Amino acid sequence: MNELPLLSALVAVPLIGAVVVASIKRENANAARWTALGFAGAVAVITALVAVGFDYADDAPWLQFTESYTWISAWDLNLSWGIDGIALLLVALTAGLTPIAMLAAWRDLDSVQRSVPTFFALVLALQAAMLATFLASNVLLFYFFFEAMLVPMYFLIGSYGTGPKKQYAAVKFFLYSLLGGLLMLVAVIALWVNNGGVFDWATLVEAEPLADGSLQNWLFLGFFIAFAIKAPFFPFHTWLPDAGGAAPAAVAALLVGVMDKIGTFAILRYCIPLFPDATKTFAPWVIGMSVIGVVYAAFVAIGQTDLKRLVAYTSIAHFGFIGLGIFAFTQESATGAVLYMFNHGLATGLLFIVVGFLTLRRGSAQIKDYGGAAKTLPLLAGIFLFAGLASLSLPGTAPFISEFLVLFGAFTENEPVAVVAALGIILAAAYVLWMYQRTMQGDRNPALDEVPAMKRDLTLREKALVAPLVIAILGFGFFPQPLIDAIEPAVDNTLGFVVDEPADLPLGADNE
Amino acid sequence: MSESQGLQIDWAGLAPLVIVFVAAFAGLLVEAAVPKARRLPIQVALAVAALAGAFVAVVLNADKSGAVFSIGGTAIGSVIIDGPGLFLQGTITMLAIVAVLLLAERRTVKGGDFVAEAAVVADSAADVEQRREDGATEIFPLTLFAVTGMMMFVTAGDLLTMFVALEMLSLPLYLLCGLAKRRRLISQEAALKYFLLGAFASAFYVYGMAMLYGFAGTVDLAGINQAGVSSGQPRMFLYIGVAMIAVALLFKAAAVPFHMWTPDVYTGAPTPVTALMAACVKVAAFGGLLRVFNVGLSSSAWDWHLILTVIAVATMIGGAIFAVTQRNIKRLLAYSSIANAGYLLIGVIALGEAVGQTMFYLAAYGFTVIAAFAVVSLVRDGDEEATHLARWAGLGKKSPGTAVVFTILMLALAGLPFTSGFTAKFSLFAAALQADELGLVIVGVVSSAILAFPYLKVVVLLWLNEPAPDAPTVNLPSPMAGTVVAAGVAATLILGIAPGFLLDIVDQASTFLNT
Repeated sequence: MNELPLLSALVAVPLIGAVVVASIKRENANAARWTALGFAGAVAVITALVAVGFDYADDAPWLQFTESYTWISAWDLNLSWGIDGIALLLVALTAGLTPIAMLAAWRDLDSVQRSVPTFFALVLALQAAMLATFLASNVLLFYFFFEAMLVPMYFLIGSYGTGPKKQYAAVKFFLYSLLGGLLMLVAVIALWVNNGGVFDWATLVEAEPLADGSLQNWLFLGFFIAFAIKAPFFPFHTWLPDAGGAAPAAVAALLVGVMDKIGTFAILRYCIPLFPDATKTFAPWVIGMSVIGVVYAAFVAIGQTDLKRLVAYTSIAHFGFIGLGIFAFTQESATGAVLYMFNHGLATGLLFIVVGFLTLRRGSAQIKDYGGAAKTLPLLAGIFLFAGLASLSLPGTAPFISEFLVLFGAFTENEPVAVVAALGIILAAAYVLWMYQRTMQGDRNPALDEVPAMKRDLTLREKALVAPLVIAILGFGFFPQPLIDAIEPAVDNTLGFVVDEPADLPLGADNE
Repeated sequence: MSESQGLQIDWAGLAPLVIVFVAAFAGLLVEAAVPKARRLPIQVALAVAALAGAFVAVVLNADKSGAVFSIGGTAIGSVIIDGPGLFLQGTITMLAIVAVLLLAERRTVKGGDFVAEAAVVADSAADVEQRREDGATEIFPLTLFAVTGMMMFVTAGDLLTMFVALEMLSLPLYLLCGLAKRRRLISQEAALKYFLLGAFASAFYVYGMAMLYGFAGTVDLAGINQAGVSSGQPRMFLYIGVAMIAVALLFKAAAVPFHMWTPDVYTGAPTPVTALMAACVKVAAFGGLLRVFNVGLSSSAWDWHLILTVIAVATMIGGAIFAVTQRNIKRLLAYSSIANAGYLLIGVIALGEAVGQTMFYLAAYGFTVIAAFAVVSLVRDGDEEATHLARWAGLGKKSPGTAVVFTILMLALAGLPFTSGFTAKFSLFAAALQADELGLVIVGVVSSAILAFPYLKVVVLLWLNEPAPDAPTVNLPSPMAGTVVAAGVAATLILGIAPGFLLDIVDQASTFLNT
């Protein structure tokens, strides 16, 4: 027990913030913006305190900063929080990306008749729910927030989204996630029934895994499908392009940058330690799905005509890499996958935010509405290219390290799979560069000159909010070690359930 | 023994029933003796006081377990006071208080939602005349009679008492359905339909009772259970008897394929009456089902398990799928109530292990659905309720408060965490899994996912669509309907966030006497 309940504060502060901001009158839009930013800033400060106090040693306890308060004792449902290195990274990503997304959406609502306080309250509520899923150390508590987060996101897409299909996208997102969540609920209940009414994560993990193999397989599937929909993995991905395409760009950055990571995070936190045998049984299938996802989504991305949908498809390809990294069960690939989750949040978050700048100026996300835009928007174009290159994992940017680790780890386990997945790198170059070329280079689209906003390069606010992301992507591209130090103990602990001896071979050693 | 040959009555155990019953008669006297203008406040106060008194009496009876009537120390099983019976009686009285307040709402329609005579030819001169007058106050004694029937239904220990209770709860409801002031013809049609089908169901019940009597030689539920093991009569009697009784009870519970009346009656009846049916009658019907199957038929579980499973699956899937296509909010809620009947049937099939959880579900669902219908009664086009869904578009812009409330209720019905809908589903499904009903739970989950779509469709309409220029207005509720909505939403959230106290209560109250 620590002296300060920091993790409770991480969930409570944005939740309180959501209530406070929601109660601000519609006319006081600026008050709502600044209040919301203040609460998001407070979350970032608390996260920094957690990161400073976190014990990065290899032999540190798996979950740290643990707290527990009884809630519904009949179900063993407690407000139990705890954080490991993987969660720490994702909490930091959430805490960092949320204020940036708020700033990115600062002026988005000026032209539409929508309530600004409600928007920022929803973002804070979403942040609280996402943080709670990373911090929960009780399976049912996790489930509560896993489901509850659908509500703010649903309204953010359906009410504040763009395009004619926003309602369709919001409903599709909600129903897909709810179906996965309900299947998971059956598995959650069955887990509870078969483990003597225990929901506490640490107790469940320490207990012997379920002896009944077929039951374990079914429970694994119940959990996994929910997480695969959330992530999303091919073939559960079809909601993401719609949701990502319809959501406001800043919300899409949170959706793809953070919320989708809950799926892969939960696979590491729940599927592997709770159902180790089933995880091994299904690993080849998941790897197959992941590799198909990498190649398929990349091809589909190339064919997209809408910027936001294109970015959404690139994410599906990237989630294929993450799945591959996790289920290859080597220390390098799993570390790489976790790192990938973090770096992808930075790179895709930035990409979505820059696309948001573009679409707000042009009033369209269609690629054909651009062309030669770099001439009047040199700085914006530069950031766009940078984000694209980071997303295709150019060496020197943070995603490179993670993609390399994943492929390296996978190669030692399964060469053909790694070779096919490596195709994804080439395809990524194709869709990113072609997207850049069609929008920014080439003949200037004459229609652009009729849009005054297309001549206004990045404003101070926009510069200020992309700067931290650019710095982080470059910084962690050259110095990834602090991140690796944070996640390695947790990755080792997790892999310990599926690998006989934790593969703590030094990087670069021959596994054969 | 000789000194105790006479009939002994546990008056304390009978008190809840007596209080409501006497109040119903007192209400009739008020109709006869008090001038029309002064009746309403007296009737409402009388009804609420009686129901509250009955609730207190139920609470005072807590921990009691036994037969109310006995002769010479031998219990007669006609009225049984036990944990589930008391809990269900308490739930019915609480929900009935809320429903009575909704019945008393007079601000939305001038003079209230009811006419005095159901049987006047619709739209005839006499009908037009009675529509101009203030609404009838006979609805309150009628409601109290129905509530007495419901409370008796859930504590009836033999089939005969149960039949009397069934008729007692049904007859006033048939009448109440036909009393809507607007859309008289549809209201009358609803009443007639409900009456005819209800009469068929009653006939089935009596026939089934005769068969079971032939099989067991008794109408006492515990006796029938024993006979399920020991009787030498042909088992065919048991099968037919169980089937017939089940038809009647499943009709009241609105399970597929005995659900046909539900959408029409729910739509045609005055909305406050619909709320009463969806909440209280559901509790009573499932209370009866729980008792009949747990006390009377658990020994023959193998004989009915399969067919009841089929019905539960059909009810869950059918209700959910039909709900998807509805364009009328009352019909949508009707089909949702059918699907919920399917989930509750899981609790019946799971028998003893799920009794408490089924009762919890009934209480949670009752409060949510009563608040939902209360909101429906407030959203109006001029004098009429705007029940067509298209009319609800953009309500969030014009009346954000109402829309927030209705969104919470829809999310609760969809079973989102932090609402009573989740708590109820979780505990019910957990109990069913403990009883090895994995298949039913999976169907229940799939059905919930399908059913989420219509609920979500309503939320989309409320918030994401533009309002029509002549969009319906939301009447500012008087304290009456306001209390109803507030109580329903409060119960929905409290049972979602802090359900511990009620879970403890149902845990203690989950054992039937004689099982």
